[in-house]
Amino acid sequence: MAELTYREAVAAAIAQEMRRDENVVFLGEDIGAAGGVFKATVGLFEEFGPERVRDTPISEQAILGAAMGSAMTGLRPIAEIMFSDFLAVCWDLVANEIAKARYMTGGQMSMPLVIRTANGGGSRFGAQHSQSVENWAMMVPGLKVVAPSSPADVKGLLAAAIRDPDPVMFFEQKSLYPIKGFVPDGELVDELGTARVLRDGGDVTIVALAAMVPRAMKAAGELSDKYGIEATVVDVRSLVPLDTQTILREVSKTGRLVTVEENPRLCGWGAEIASIVADEIFWDLDGPIIRITTPHIPLPAADALEDAAMPSAERIVREIVEKID
Amino acid sequence: MATKPKAAAKGKTPARAGAKGRAKAAPKRAAKANPALANDDIGEETRLALWRSLLEIRHVEQRAYDLFLQNLIKGTSHLALGHEAVAAGFATAMQKDDWSFCTYRGHHHTLARGASMEGVLGELMGRECGLLQGKGGSMHLTSVEHGAMGSYAIIGAHLPIAMGAAWTAQYKKTGQVSVCFFGDGTTNIGAFHEALNMAAVWKLPVVFVCENNLYMEYTPIHAVTAVHNPAGDRAASYGLPKIVIDGNDADVVYRTAQEAFAKARAGDGPSLIECLTYRHSGHSRADPGDYRPPGELEAWLKKDPVPRYRERLAEFGISKDVIDGMDAEVLAQVDAATEISKASPPPGLELIDVDVWADGGTAWRN
Repeated sequence: MAELTYREAVAAAIAQEMRRDENVVFLGEDIGAAGGVFKATVGLFEEFGPERVRDTPISEQAILGAAMGSAMTGLRPIAEIMFSDFLAVCWDLVANEIAKARYMTGGQMSMPLVIRTANGGGSRFGAQHSQSVENWAMMVPGLKVVAPSSPADVKGLLAAAIRDPDPVMFFEQKSLYPIKGFVPDGELVDELGTARVLRDGGDVTIVALAAMVPRAMKAAGELSDKYGIEATVVDVRSLVPLDTQTILREVSKTGRLVTVEENPRLCGWGAEIASIVADEIFWDLDGPIIRITTPHIPLPAADALEDAAMPSAERIVREIVEKID
Repeated sequence: MATKPKAAAKGKTPARAGAKGRAKAAPKRAAKANPALANDDIGEETRLALWRSLLEIRHVEQRAYDLFLQNLIKGTSHLALGHEAVAAGFATAMQKDDWSFCTYRGHHHTLARGASMEGVLGELMGRECGLLQGKGGSMHLTSVEHGAMGSYAIIGAHLPIAMGAAWTAQYKKTGQVSVCFFGDGTTNIGAFHEALNMAAVWKLPVVFVCENNLYMEYTPIHAVTAVHNPAGDRAASYGLPKIVIDGNDADVVYRTAQEAFAKARAGDGPSLIECLTYRHSGHSRADPGDYRPPGELEAWLKKDPVPRYRERLAEFGISKDVIDGMDAEVLAQVDAATEISKASPPPGLELIDVDVWADGGTAWRN
């Protein structure tokens, strides 16, 4: 077991897969010689060279087009979109082209590619560099959607995404890049579409994703210490495929569901989970479903405002204590 | 275009009919009167391949129009009547394993790569025999087995995608070329510029082909474009030479394609070629083309690539029997494909839940 940061785990996963398969190539802005603006790809250019780790112009459509065209002809590209907000300038490639190619052509085309992107708030970058847009991707049929919360999950899930035969949107939460965690030694390949139960408790089930996972864990500790409320915490990890079996099982056990979502309120992934739970295990519920989200606003820049807008451990505790007890 | 390109000497497409010996003295005399006849070394075998391709496209597109009127083709469709020489010229110069990408106006390019007529007509009619099992429709014709890597219905999208395929060819050193067809309207969208720049910087084996038919949709391209030649005048921005050709002359298109492919295969990077042409019908099924000034269509019909090539073949001494025989043969094929398509059932409803993912399914949850 080695201790890696979340950003080091990104480079470790890409390196592991590039060593194994020469069809894996990597492209994006400042990813090569510069090692990435978040330093998440340091060392790859030096190890694999400019033919496999290609710096691009600021041309997001060209980046994703290159990924799609090379994927359909035999490569396994990893494309970086520096900030997930920038997906808006190449959303045609994501939503209209990459996601639909296999279905629309009657199964003639394969699209084994990964789009990595730095997602989410907490870095005081303002509303165009802080959005949590995993739900944009979740709404498009044909995309797999992954958002890891720990260095071990980054390495294992990114490796699984690279090996997956379908297009995977891989959302790295940028405020998590410096966090450290133990990552198993040797080859690590996780499984997409699997949620993970991080904490077991009998009173309430908190379902969280990416940066909301450590906050949910912190809240669970406080709920136990200060209020005697024992929470189960489920890290969703993958929105598509969605591990509904794990979620339904864990909600049935406690009878209460709380989703903690960084995205703005409307059509967040938690709404879909709430809908599934209400449809399928309504009679197992002991009370209303609680959705904790960022308000339906563009995220403000100032630290005081940003911190107040995003769900915090304190807010999770407060809402659960007020609404459940 | 008069110089003999490298590809003609070593390319797979026969440069001369030679063996059949039909070439007569006439071409040399004609060449003086008609500069296009300077391409007199293309050879009979290739010329007949071009002729067949022109005929296949013309007759299938006319049939598609007839089937609309019978309400057997639903939705929309964008016919390429008038654009035949661009598709025939490029496809005939391509190798089988080259890749081509086109737009929603793409029936001609898909057919030219060798996709079956019933595959095309069946897809337009929403039948099981369609190339895409009825799941794509007119605007998305694709036949991966023929290297026809898709028809893209969002303007500009496929220029970066074609560039990506060229990256594969470069990375794997396969010698393949990626060819991307688009309209004049595409030159005003961002993806055009992103793809051209990156392809030039990476020196990718991709050939960008603008079919300039003078109208972006209903609006004349000159009314919305800052330069006279929408593609040609932008080439210098990417360090590429300006190439503007007569897109209604199949020989000229074929020869230009050969040169661009030779450059790409030699590792010398992309080309941007503007082919001047004209669509004989409106933009789409819904458009009668009333915005065109009186006399414009008539003037272009005099340059119709199909009768023009018929004359060309005759000038090169190919007999009327051969020329007309192929015409009748292709028309009979279109008739047969029409009957196959009409007899083909609608796609099975089970196809709705197939092929979102590589495992063949559509599941998004467990």
